[in-house]
Amino acid sequence: MFERLRNPWSDNRAERTLGAVSLLVGVCVIAMIVFVGVRAWPIFEHNGLSWLGPGGSIKTQIANMQATGVNPPAAAFYLRAWPIVYGTLLTTGIAVVLGVPIAVLSSIFIVELAPARLRRVVIPVIRLLASVPSVIYGLIGILVLVPFVGNHLITASQKTSVQNSVELTGAGLGVTAVILTVMITPIMIALICEALIAAPASWREGAVALGLNPLRAVQAVTLRAIRPAIVAAAVLATARALGEAVMISMVSGANFFTPSLSHGASIFLYEPLRTLASTIVDYHEGIGAPALKAALYAFGALLLFSAFALSIAGYLIKLPLRKYQVRA
Amino acid sequence: MNAFAPDLQVPPPNSKRGRRSSMWTWRWGDRLVLLFAWVAGLGLCAIAAAIVLYMGYRGLEYLSPSLLVTRPAVGTSQSQTGGILDPLIGTVLLTAIGIALAFPLAVISAIWVAEYGQGGRARQTLARVVESSIEIVAGTPDIVLALFGLTIFQLGLFAPLSFRAEGGGVYGRSFIAAGAMMSLIALPPLFIATRDGLRAVPAHMREAAFALGKTRIATIRRVLLPSVRSNIATGVTLGVSRIIGDTAIVLLVLGETLRIDTQGSVPALNVLRGTGSSLTSYVYDNSPAGEGAAPQKAYAAAFVLLVFVLGLNLLVERIGRSQAQSTGMSGVGGVV
Repeated sequence: MFERLRNPWSDNRAERTLGAVSLLVGVCVIAMIVFVGVRAWPIFEHNGLSWLGPGGSIKTQIANMQATGVNPPAAAFYLRAWPIVYGTLLTTGIAVVLGVPIAVLSSIFIVELAPARLRRVVIPVIRLLASVPSVIYGLIGILVLVPFVGNHLITASQKTSVQNSVELTGAGLGVTAVILTVMITPIMIALICEALIAAPASWREGAVALGLNPLRAVQAVTLRAIRPAIVAAAVLATARALGEAVMISMVSGANFFTPSLSHGASIFLYEPLRTLASTIVDYHEGIGAPALKAALYAFGALLLFSAFALSIAGYLIKLPLRKYQVRA
Repeated sequence: MNAFAPDLQVPPPNSKRGRRSSMWTWRWGDRLVLLFAWVAGLGLCAIAAAIVLYMGYRGLEYLSPSLLVTRPAVGTSQSQTGGILDPLIGTVLLTAIGIALAFPLAVISAIWVAEYGQGGRARQTLARVVESSIEIVAGTPDIVLALFGLTIFQLGLFAPLSFRAEGGGVYGRSFIAAGAMMSLIALPPLFIATRDGLRAVPAHMREAAFALGKTRIATIRRVLLPSVRSNIATGVTLGVSRIIGDTAIVLLVLGETLRIDTQGSVPALNVLRGTGSSLTSYVYDNSPAGEGAAPQKAYAAAFVLLVFVLGLNLLVERIGRSQAQSTGMSGVGGVV
């Protein structure tokens, strides 16, 4: 029986086998979309798309889902998840806005400015920053940054001014956004560096020949040419930030709270929150309750959809680069 | 490509005077941008260094060799809660299962896309389907993969592969389930490394093999795969570092039990069907975010984890260097 396997394969058979095996990944993706969608369906069925909007307290809604047993009544599926959608948008937005300039500047530094010897050190170090597990970022956040912010940066009067609505411990938007920025910047740097390297050097040389100083030439010509790559990098980093669960669950204060600028700009940064992904981590132990399970899968389905949409957006944004034969 | 770089460098002490002048003729705005670029680049390095040094300091403070070989235990104080042997084994097991599943899948998909993807419409379509599927998997957050894993392994079909409650309820949590999800995480880097390696093999190598009468599949096995061995090694290393760093999948699909809980009585298989923990979930559980507030244990385990990650990074670096890419920039893209 094994004789056939041991003999040299015919090309036809090999091709069929390889094709079948490589199709497995596609099957996996379809299964993932179907299964997550099916599990999330009760939430969509009972709330439509308005579960993304505001209304009521999500805390009591989730508690209600946990409390109802194996056969939850239809009322248990009521969900208005705006606080965590808002939290997700807020943390991701701040991290990307902070991260893009840092990533562009460091990419210029790596590709154009750093002496070769320094560059050989900087590249692996930044790659290390990208591969540090999120739980280590979370650990440093919760054991170092959060106590520091809570003890030294938040004043007693700030704590008392909002004590009726929320307790400021240091864990919150500010620390989350800062760590998230550090986590997504290396991803952007990798993509922007690739595009910077791929951009034709002759363009920049032309600009220098016309009298621009080298740094200005990079800004005026190369950066402008690779703008789509920068946007695409930001989009992919957004996808990464949206899906970050464990770190945010550790340092965000894990509270269904909507940070608001009306409390004052500095208090805003100290206010706790939850995101879609961190809520899944926070409540994963209660996943046995059908209503809560549907809610968590609905959050997952939303994340899956956004990641999908963002990766298509990233692809479309990079298309114009092909025109210049810049493969990035 | 760095024709102008020498002008921009902070001049080395023995450089000629004439060179140094250039930067000081710049406008203030440009000098500020230059300064910010240096600050951003070096600042990120400083953050990385701070993380490594701080974790090293804490790790060496709390990690003792005995911690590595004692099993965790339930206790009220940090001196009673035992060591990190089970999480360590858990991480190794997950990595082994994940890579064992991802390796053939990724390499075969890469072969298909790189070698068969060009000829004919049907093949092209399949190659495109495979490539975009892997892109979707790469973009999917790990927490969603964990949710997915939990639901498929709760199906009756896969029940024999995972942990069961007393009454026969299927939890869908086991080393096999978590390892299978881990393979999805390791798949994209492994696929991309292999595919790019195959694409970089010059066409004349294939032509020479065909001219000698080798079939297509024999060419792939005997000529192409051996020549992309170092690319595959890079991919595996990246995959391993993804797997050992992942927390969400362990929390949801491995069951987060303190010790490795076996299921059934068949040796080896009972461990694979059982639940356990990994270094990442151990860190999470022992941090103030989890139940056991044992920061010393968390630091110790996180240090071990970071040492693994550092080692894998060095390995990628060494493999990359030995590929003898002349540019010295080739590795930047490997971050993602």
